[in-house]
Amino acid sequence: MTGETRPAVVFEHVSKAFGPKQVLRDISFAVPAGRALCILGRSGTGKSVTLKLLMSLIKPDQGKIWVEEDEITRLNESGLSRVRRKMGFLFQDAALFDSLTLYENLALPLHRLTTKSQDEIDATVDRVLGQVGLASDKQKMPASLSGGMRKRAGLARALVLEPKILLADEPSSGLDRITAAEIDELLILQKTQRQTTVLVVTHDVHGARTVGDLFAVFDKGDLVAFGTAAEIERSESETARKLISEHCP
Amino acid sequence: MRQIAEVGYRSLPLIIASGLALGTVMTLHTRSTLVTFGASSMIPTVQALAFFLEIGPLVAGLLLAGRVGSGIGAVLANMRASEQIDGIESLSIDSFKFLVVPRVVACVLALPLLTLFMDFSGLLGGYLSEFFSSHISFDLYIARAFSELKWSNFIAPTLKTAVFGFIIGVVSSFFGYTTNEGAQGVGKAATNSVVVSSLLIILADVILIKLIFFVFPESAL
Repeated sequence: MTGETRPAVVFEHVSKAFGPKQVLRDISFAVPAGRALCILGRSGTGKSVTLKLLMSLIKPDQGKIWVEEDEITRLNESGLSRVRRKMGFLFQDAALFDSLTLYENLALPLHRLTTKSQDEIDATVDRVLGQVGLASDKQKMPASLSGGMRKRAGLARALVLEPKILLADEPSSGLDRITAAEIDELLILQKTQRQTTVLVVTHDVHGARTVGDLFAVFDKGDLVAFGTAAEIERSESETARKLISEHCP
Repeated sequence: MRQIAEVGYRSLPLIIASGLALGTVMTLHTRSTLVTFGASSMIPTVQALAFFLEIGPLVAGLLLAGRVGSGIGAVLANMRASEQIDGIESLSIDSFKFLVVPRVVACVLALPLLTLFMDFSGLLGGYLSEFFSSHISFDLYIARAFSELKWSNFIAPTLKTAVFGFIIGVVSSFFGYTTNEGAQGVGKAATNSVVVSSLLIILADVILIKLIFFVFPESAL
């Protein structure tokens, strides 16, 4: 894991429990830079926890997590802040700041973390909102946005600092098929045009197959299958084979 | 600035209305007693001393604990439940500095100012009540009100409310910021913020009064 072959993200024997509930058990996998990993699994199997561990919003009980060359479980707050700047996080419910307008939501990290001038910030916000089709809605409050618009706004905020790694937690949940496909298209564009490494937690198998190069299947806290869609289809795990199948009810 | 506006400016109607009502009621109560002893001219003095020394600071603190403390607790708990705090952290922004520090500072700065509004509203309420009872002139009422008031009666009790503001900001931010019970935690954080900060304000009031008497012995009546 040195030099140019280093993956963007590595989990090494990571375990996490909340009280008596073991959420993740000895998880290990690596995601090459510029590839998209879709994490599948039934509800409550630790998929979202995996993303939060990667963003260091929670700490693992055991194991190591690497983001490029940084082992984040050993970093202090300033080190974590530096690593987090490489990542963007689309939360399940977008997690937009409801007291700020859409423009302010996107401008906030630019004001705080960059040396851009006001004109540059305005231009960046306009460009990113344009990418997600919300250029004309920048003065709206989050509460006045529809579910699909909130997801796109959340994605815009995740992208505003031009992250090298994009994390998306259920990007298509609660959306109709057409809006979900639009979100998937934005994720694919990010991967292909900017070579962003993408990690997506999803229940949408169709969307996962569209976006993902690699798939990780979680079951009861264990990583039961990891690989391409073809490899998962040939997996020994019945759960993994069922979850990757588009025909599964 | 947004937090100071939220804590200060938007609390003004409640503070002024409460001050006017309390001032009026207190004068009505004290009047009947003081008239019995032929000391009705002392009503403005009693009113001013009561408001500047104790009623203004304490009631302003308790009212703000209810209005602002519950608001801060609920807002931060809602932000925790809806992952907005995680969202701030994910943007490499220190959520504590971004969310908690401005709220605590706003409470510390706003409460002494609001206390002044409470004090003067109370005096005004007392004057209106007296005017309708005895037709006393405004100038005479004010002259009598401030005749016995020393700077130490005014400055120390007003500044002690900065401590009340600190208590409200810290306690309500603590309950809101640290909740982990989802939507249920929002109501609990709001309730705990009000109850605990009110209790601590009353406790701190006792300690601070002893401290003020120690530092300014002349302010002990």
